Amino acid sequence: MRRFAALIDSLIYTRSRNAKLAAIATYLRETEDPDRGWALAALTDSLDFPAVKSATIRNLAGTRIDPELFRLSRHHVGDTAETVALVWPEAEGRVQSDPTIDDVVQALSAANRATAPDIVASLLDSMNSNSRYALLKLAVGGMRVGVSARLAKTAFAQAFDVALDDVEELWHALDPPYEKLFAWAEQGGDRPDLSATPFFRPFMLSHPFEGDSLDLDQYAVEWKWDGIRVQAVHLGGETRLYSRGGDDISASFPDIVEAFDRDGVIDGELLVRGTDQGGEAASFNALQKRLGRKTVSKKMRQELPAFVRIYDLLMEGKDDLRLSPWHERRERLESFVPKLHPDHFDLSALVDVDDFEALEAMRAGARDAAIEGVMLKRRESPYLSGRVTGHWYKWKRDPLNADCVMMYAQRGNGRRASFYSDYTFGCWTEDGELLPVGKAYSGFTDEELKWLDRFVRQNTLNRFGPVREVKKSLVLEVAFDSIHESGRHKSGLAMRFPRIHRIRKDKPVDEADRIATLRAMIS
Amino acid sequence: MAKAKHWIEPHPQGIYVRPADVWIDPSVPKENAVVTHGHADHARGGHGDVWATPETLAIMGLRYGTEAGTPVAYGEGFERGGVRFSLHSAGHVLGSAQVLMEYQGERVVVTGDYKRRPDPTCAPFQLVPCDIFITEATFGLPVFRHPPIKGEIAKIFARLEAEPDSSILIGAYALGKAQRVIAELRRAGWDKPIYLHGAQVRMCELYEELGVSLGELRLVMDTPKEEMRGQIIIAPPSALTDKWSRRLSDPVTAMASGWMRVRGRARQRGVEIPLVISDHADWDELTETIRELAPRETWITHGSEDGLLRWCELHQIKARALAMVGREEGDDG
Repeated sequence: MRRFAALIDSLIYTRSRNAKLAAIATYLRETEDPDRGWALAALTDSLDFPAVKSATIRNLAGTRIDPELFRLSRHHVGDTAETVALVWPEAEGRVQSDPTIDDVVQALSAANRATAPDIVASLLDSMNSNSRYALLKLAVGGMRVGVSARLAKTAFAQAFDVALDDVEELWHALDPPYEKLFAWAEQGGDRPDLSATPFFRPFMLSHPFEGDSLDLDQYAVEWKWDGIRVQAVHLGGETRLYSRGGDDISASFPDIVEAFDRDGVIDGELLVRGTDQGGEAASFNALQKRLGRKTVSKKMRQELPAFVRIYDLLMEGKDDLRLSPWHERRERLESFVPKLHPDHFDLSALVDVDDFEALEAMRAGARDAAIEGVMLKRRESPYLSGRVTGHWYKWKRDPLNADCVMMYAQRGNGRRASFYSDYTFGCWTEDGELLPVGKAYSGFTDEELKWLDRFVRQNTLNRFGPVREVKKSLVLEVAFDSIHESGRHKSGLAMRFPRIHRIRKDKPVDEADRIATLRAMIS
Repeated sequence: MAKAKHWIEPHPQGIYVRPADVWIDPSVPKENAVVTHGHADHARGGHGDVWATPETLAIMGLRYGTEAGTPVAYGEGFERGGVRFSLHSAGHVLGSAQVLMEYQGERVVVTGDYKRRPDPTCAPFQLVPCDIFITEATFGLPVFRHPPIKGEIAKIFARLEAEPDSSILIGAYALGKAQRVIAELRRAGWDKPIYLHGAQVRMCELYEELGVSLGELRLVMDTPKEEMRGQIIIAPPSALTDKWSRRLSDPVTAMASGWMRVRGRARQRGVEIPLVISDHADWDELTETIRELAPRETWITHGSEDGLLRWCELHQIKARALAMVGREEGDDG
């Protein structure tokens, strides 16, 4: 447990992605089975011990420490698991052992509601403070150490010098502690047999279109919908829904999972039905309300019904179609979709245009909240994992622009820790008040960043911790993909993908845009 | 029993000793002041008569240019208005003192700030029996337990061994913490030059003059970037994310403070190596000291007074919190 605790702490304090990868890879190479597999599962939040909840450990703390002292401590620390780890009394003369993660997992798995407190207490008694922290995070879940499933897989691939695509495919087919996966990667063992498991296939991704023209005889055109890209898999009697990074999001979308009952693997855009699109898809904002939920209420399913607009068919029955050309897959898809539940699945239509000029005109006119732009797919392209050149292009519609006034600035992270690199900007109300409309931390060059940093330091009005309020004297031209209603900001607006397009040193602040102008851009 | 409250009055700006007309650690200029130690939240410039240890007077001289002051060595004292004052080492920083006051047979101790762990840069804490114990409570919550310093210093060496090309930038408060970290690095065998931010230099020189040897110290400003690879640099905590840090090539940032015990605190400051090194008593020291002294009453000046107050209540120790201003938690934790 101590090594795992040290790994957790180094991930907490490290900001660099490469350093995180190296730390995980070293741990995986140097740790035995099954501990390393349990560690990997814990990092990616794939362990669940239903008998141990946050309330379990909070109540447990009350058996060793005065509840009022615990409350004051919890208030200061801000995290229940960490507070318990820190305040848990270490009796003098007690010898601390170092149980393996496997010991811990076996003990926690065997726990029920009645026995869990004693089991957790005796584990806590055997450990030092850092191990206690790791134990409690592992038991309750939610490590929050900045490790996505994707990062963990990349680290695994690096550790054993295997292809990331293979890791992505095999990962989801196996359960923790993934001993077969380690055996295959480390000693070149047999590739695990996956024929009857609903595992995740890596997505095919696109490049931005930067050319002048394309021959539409060779490329098909589709709308690029503004939801989240998902893969739905139904194989061997089981159904799973995966996000772009390969995270299993089935629990958030039981309506989709229940409705997908044909053997196959589809790639599509997850959207929520709404009224603003003539009864079709609602904006990304509506979808966001359903993301990241562990359970979904009936009301939520009714009010925000989810559906998948299907782009591609990777498998039908047991046929793997990924090496077939796009036009063949499309043909199979068109006869596959009608067999699915129409409330939850439809086909992403092809855009019918005569030539590229007509497409340009159409794209320029498309200002639909659910459309981000168009996709251009080579008719002969196989379905390849990752971002392969020459096959698929995304051609996003031109961004919107607004002239905003810098209001606050915050320091960045890592290399940018000494720079004020995150800017909050606002627009004018009718009464001449500035209200924040968004925050951006990209779009500028290194030179511009230096200039902005200097501007912030020389024009500071107030400091609030890491944030500085600046004199309202600089206009920033902000580019963004779309703008929506939002209750989160006082202005009632939220931008999607805002970035600093230009620094308008020349423009007086009273000529910056008004909130009403932005509101008119809501599509 | 109400006698103590009668002759000693807690005020937001400090503790007033009525019969002597003397303030202890007043936060605004006063005619007569006893100063426990040189940190800015206890020592201010502009007082009339000042009593403090010779070291504290020297530190105040450096910081405020104040010259007037009566030096009082540990164990010695003076009498004023029938009150016998004496100073006793507090183990917090060089020159730090507790103030013992005896008046009509009653003994009152004001700790200022204190710690009980060994510190090569200052005299050790002395337990002074008393009737009323007026204590700090900076780390008055059971989450704060400072680990042995050896293991914290070892974190620096481990990182340098793993990344020999990097440099370690340690944020440490300029008075006390910086010198203690340097002295502990020396004790652990680090004999290379240690590099300083400009703001650390004068206090380190003063420590040397007062007999605390710190080994070879160099100024970052005078050193080429390349030369600082594999080296240890000490700067005030505020400089860690300041423009100043850009002159170093990819430093790994560390911070020496008792607050580093809480992960969120370390992350908030972007610290990669949290060093739980504090010049204040931790929870165990605070409670143990009260237990050992068994005073009739415990008064708590500043810090997490709620936590220590609750502990006293649980142990049926008579205690009260004094609302003191200007002693917010700072980087000197």
